[in-house]
Amino acid sequence: MANAYARRSALQHFGLTAAAAKGDVAGADLLIGEAAHRTIVNIRGDGGDAFKAAVRSVTGAELPVTPNTTAAAGDFRILWLGPTEWWVVSANVDSAKLADDLRQAFNGQHAAVIDVSESRTVINVSGPSARDVLARGCSLDLHPRVFGPGQCAQTGLTKANILLDQVSDNPSYDIYILKSFADYLWQWFWLVGRDFKFAIRAH
Amino acid sequence: MSAQKNRVATGGRIDRSKPVRFSFDGKTYYGYQGDNLASALLANGVTLVGRSFKYHRPRGIVTAGPEEPNALVEIGTGAYREPNTRAPQVELYDGLVTQSQNRWPSLDFDIGAVNSVMSRFIPSGFYYKTFKWPKDGWLFYEKFIRRAAGLGTGSTETDPDRYDKVYGHCDVMVVGGGPAGLAAALAAGRAGARVVLADEQSELGGSLLSERDRTIDGKPVNEWVEAAKAELAGMPEVRVLTRTTAFAYLDANMLSLVERLTDHIGPTATGPRQRLWRIRAKEVILATGAIERPLVYSDNDRPGCMLASAARIYVNRYGTTPGQRVVIMTNNDTAYQTALDLTAAGVSVAAVVDLRANPTGGLPQAARAKGIEIIDNSAITQVKGNKQVREVEVQSLTSDATGVVGSARHIYCDTVLSSGGWQPTVHLHSQTRAKVVWDDGIQAFIPGPIMPGQNNRSISSARGVFGLDAALKEGHQAGAEAAAKFGFSNVTGNAPSAEAEPESQPLRSVWIVPSNVPVGQGGKHFVDYQNDVTAGDVKLAHREGYLSVEHLKRYTTMGMATDQGKTSNVNALAIMAGLKNVSIPEVGTTTFRPPYTPVTFGVFAGPDKGDYLDPIRKTALHSWHTDHGAPFECVGQWHRAWYYPKSGESMHDAVNREVKATRDSVGIFDASTLGKIDIQGPDAAWFLNMVYTNAWTKLEPGKCRYGFMCGEDGMVFDDGVTSRISENHFHMTTTTGGAPRVLSWLEEWHQCEWPDKQVYFTSVTEQWAVIALNGPNARKVLEKVVEGIDISEEAFPFMTWRDCKVAGVKTRIFRISFTGALSFELNIPPSYALQVWRALMDAGEEFNITPYGTEAMHVLRAEKGFVIVGQETDGTMTPQDLGFEWIIGKAKPDFIGRRSHLRSDTKRTDRKHLVGLLTENPTEVLPEGAQVVEHVKDKPPMTMIGHVTSSYWSPNAGRSIAMAVIKDGRNRMGQTVYLPYEGKVVAAKISKPTFLEDGAPANG
Amino acid sequence: MLLISCPYCGPRDEHEFAYGHEAHIARPTLEQQQTMSDAEWADYLFMRKNPKGVHFERWVHSRGCRQWFNVARHTVTHEIVKVYKMGEPAPKLEQK
Repeated sequence: MANAYARRSALQHFGLTAAAAKGDVAGADLLIGEAAHRTIVNIRGDGGDAFKAAVRSVTGAELPVTPNTTAAAGDFRILWLGPTEWWVVSANVDSAKLADDLRQAFNGQHAAVIDVSESRTVINVSGPSARDVLARGCSLDLHPRVFGPGQCAQTGLTKANILLDQVSDNPSYDIYILKSFADYLWQWFWLVGRDFKFAIRAH
Repeated sequence: MSAQKNRVATGGRIDRSKPVRFSFDGKTYYGYQGDNLASALLANGVTLVGRSFKYHRPRGIVTAGPEEPNALVEIGTGAYREPNTRAPQVELYDGLVTQSQNRWPSLDFDIGAVNSVMSRFIPSGFYYKTFKWPKDGWLFYEKFIRRAAGLGTGSTETDPDRYDKVYGHCDVMVVGGGPAGLAAALAAGRAGARVVLADEQSELGGSLLSERDRTIDGKPVNEWVEAAKAELAGMPEVRVLTRTTAFAYLDANMLSLVERLTDHIGPTATGPRQRLWRIRAKEVILATGAIERPLVYSDNDRPGCMLASAARIYVNRYGTTPGQRVVIMTNNDTAYQTALDLTAAGVSVAAVVDLRANPTGGLPQAARAKGIEIIDNSAITQVKGNKQVREVEVQSLTSDATGVVGSARHIYCDTVLSSGGWQPTVHLHSQTRAKVVWDDGIQAFIPGPIMPGQNNRSISSARGVFGLDAALKEGHQAGAEAAAKFGFSNVTGNAPSAEAEPESQPLRSVWIVPSNVPVGQGGKHFVDYQNDVTAGDVKLAHREGYLSVEHLKRYTTMGMATDQGKTSNVNALAIMAGLKNVSIPEVGTTTFRPPYTPVTFGVFAGPDKGDYLDPIRKTALHSWHTDHGAPFECVGQWHRAWYYPKSGESMHDAVNREVKATRDSVGIFDASTLGKIDIQGPDAAWFLNMVYTNAWTKLEPGKCRYGFMCGEDGMVFDDGVTSRISENHFHMTTTTGGAPRVLSWLEEWHQCEWPDKQVYFTSVTEQWAVIALNGPNARKVLEKVVEGIDISEEAFPFMTWRDCKVAGVKTRIFRISFTGALSFELNIPPSYALQVWRALMDAGEEFNITPYGTEAMHVLRAEKGFVIVGQETDGTMTPQDLGFEWIIGKAKPDFIGRRSHLRSDTKRTDRKHLVGLLTENPTEVLPEGAQVVEHVKDKPPMTMIGHVTSSYWSPNAGRSIAMAVIKDGRNRMGQTVYLPYEGKVVAAKISKPTFLEDGAPANG
Repeated sequence: MLLISCPYCGPRDEHEFAYGHEAHIARPTLEQQQTMSDAEWADYLFMRKNPKGVHFERWVHSRGCRQWFNVARHTVTHEIVKVYKMGEPAPKLEQK
């Protein structure tokens, strides 16, 4: 039997921790980093009262039924993906436990719980130039009059599909990306980031 | 520093304290900061700047803008060389290297000018006709024509510049930064709307930059422009883009613009050279101005012939005159302003020749008062001089202006300016597919009603309403109204105002200015300079029956190439209308299409080139494959390890080794790219019954089943193994390339056809990395690292799955096989995949565990006759054609594709069937795609009965193996067929499509 | 580039969507399938309208919420006359 197993993040091979230590975070107008190993549990259901109650019982959050909005409570954040589809995400709750809890809460309903944590990583982009950089590859209007915290969107960023979640108005965005596209998207940020003062931030 | 002989003493927006060195055709010149290439060449007295496209006639600068048809130059050298740039749009920078085009060996002495002498042998339609007759005419002429009639040549080196691409959004998009556009942007910006103002020039101001003594709100126009710029710069929601051309107006108010970031600095600049903007606006204000039309007179292309408005721009904005002694011909009042401004700058205006009788408007009166001679009711009938205008002849017009009378007056001059009226710049309006309509008053096309789904308005001179005060008022109103529509109704400030325009008289249309010989019989009346189309050519087109505007364009090539007929379209239409004796709109209008001016390819690509052209998708094990020297095979966007060559091994060697090791002992394969879909709900089994051809209801939890998916046309479109996780929960696998298509297919049927069925589909392709262990020793390897389950054949049989731990990592193992060998497919969380792979490599060391790539995978599966959808199938193969009659659920009443399997054609027993092919010579490996014939002839055509779909060298079979689809193939077992290719004929025997009957069975 | 208003997500650029095919083509019931001629079945499979004017189309918000919906789109002007959810009837349109 081999030795201890380290869990590898999708972007670990870029040496992000070392790069973050070297970067000029204070002087940067664009900060990017990987928020790895996010728990993401996909839930499917009709969004009706029973479904909402089950979600509330596990997460403490009110299911966001308005398209492209989010809700947050405690360790959890819920993102609208479609009329019958949401993600419950968490930075510190174990995905298997969350999935089990949700499955139990939905018992008797036509609902589905699918752990998709391993399929994606999160690239966080923040700073005063974050909007300008995202505009290089995203056709959504991210102007603060149009899009702000509490809103999320599945869309395209350059040639990858992403889920964009604005987490604060400084602004800061979590970009959920399939791991197979993570290298591509990360390097794309480097490519378009050349014209900005950017630094890597550890998460 | 050589003298700039045409530079006027004072004035212009150039900085005379900053000389700028540049070269043209190898000779060094100096201009000033603020010059463009055209103004600097004119200042230096360079009037000959190019040779015409077909006749190689000497040509000079005609315009001061994007409509320039003649002064096309190559700029830059080496990899930076760019052809066909318009000299008035090239900003001067120190070290700029430019060259004329379309001349050989030199601009001054051009051999191609013989075309000019021979012109009656290459009339309009010459190219057109060589396509049609004689049969091989074009092939014969092409090489001569291509050499003689090129535009510039681009660099063949990789573009060294980089480009940027960005999306934008706004409430109000204003195109054009002249007085109307500025007023519009100010009004909308003051109201608080999000505004983008784009202008193609280096600074805002438009026509105001070449005004001499106009005022706005009592201030000189320059001061007003500066104040407007400052105010706009202070508005956080207003973005001003200069050096930015809106070149395309696309659907739903999306505009494409190119911003030239460093073209005015040259190759020494850093950062992106140009930026592509794709701006979605809620409303678009088109303040694009108007373009002056030249008059069509005899030999109107001599260097020194120019638009009157262009001369005014050169003298007022750039402090240079096109020549020392100027004659102006006009059909309207505006050219008199040029006469006045040139005079004020100290340039000699010999005369204004007015096609109208007795002009008495404000400007003609002012000209008279300045002592400028006006020769009315007259025309320039001849322009003399070859490489430079030397003299004109002027004669009086007949009453209908179709001829001239009286004796000719000779006037010596070096410059002839003409004004034939103004055509609003309706290009962007027209690009929305909206119509343009003819306005008799200004004798020009103006924008018609806008298109539904678009939201734009043309204002000021862009809609044929001229005058500074009108521009300011219309701009202000448009900006305020547009902003108010989107909730920004609090516009502060009034519309700016300017003094009234001088009283003017209407223009007189004389579409062909007559000379003393009939048109086409001496002298050339150019309509389209860039394509060398003359009034005579339009007459020829008419005579030969090419009457509609579309035919006229194609026959004469009028309106094509870089200027897209900006100065020529209306004149050509009007001449055709005269010949047909119909009104101009009856001839037709031109539809303008993007781009407004040429756009470099690089900016469309932006940063998306090289590795970024298309995303490269990588598996969690990618770095291991790279570390072990694997080249990658592209499967869709995925990069999959192809094979793992050891030192000195060829691909063939490596693949043979991998295939043999897997069949003999154990191989390990990264199968992560396989599509995976989670299916849950009470109707999940019902749904599978509908989308697969076989039955699923009775599959027990814990078990797996292989299935074909067909389209409603009955043809196979994907395959894979689906496993039952629990009563209402399935795990479907798809082909690597088919994953998104299959998910979309399932969703479409669910959402559109059977929305009441309770089932959810979710892609989990990337939730699992997949490592396939294959070969007789697979179990022995796995035994060393698996925890929690018994993996013996009895406890864990073929086509079942189990959850367990492998090397400490939670794993789901499927006993499924794509090699026909004993196989375990391990599904692992990707973040642990590398660890598990390494653990398996360690555990397998004693069994010579061999990583194999996609090529070996292909051979291994072909040895067992496993099909690959998309390789053995091409959208015309049913499961029955592939020999999978057994997989059709006979008892199922319905599934997608079932009815199509009952069509008379799909029921035929002699359709193309999947079979094996064994070449007579076992070392001959057939090429995939090779055609199969029953009877060989000496040469094609032969009757083809099928083709090879897969073909490999099989080290385990010790011979070549191939699969093919052959008409009636299953009924031809043992028959010898022939494959003619690459000059030989290979004989092969039709066999069953399995080649390793005695290999280790999958459930061994 | 079209601007398509997804019935759930609102207006998004065309590149977020995929075109399916003509809308409102119902799959024949099993009973119908059993009595249909091959020619009638071929009509269902292959024959599609190609109007110069408003065309009823099925699109999916493939890069967004993955929902299929219907679009009434003018094939000449590209104007999107109406967007409506799956299952809703085709709108009656004035002749333009």
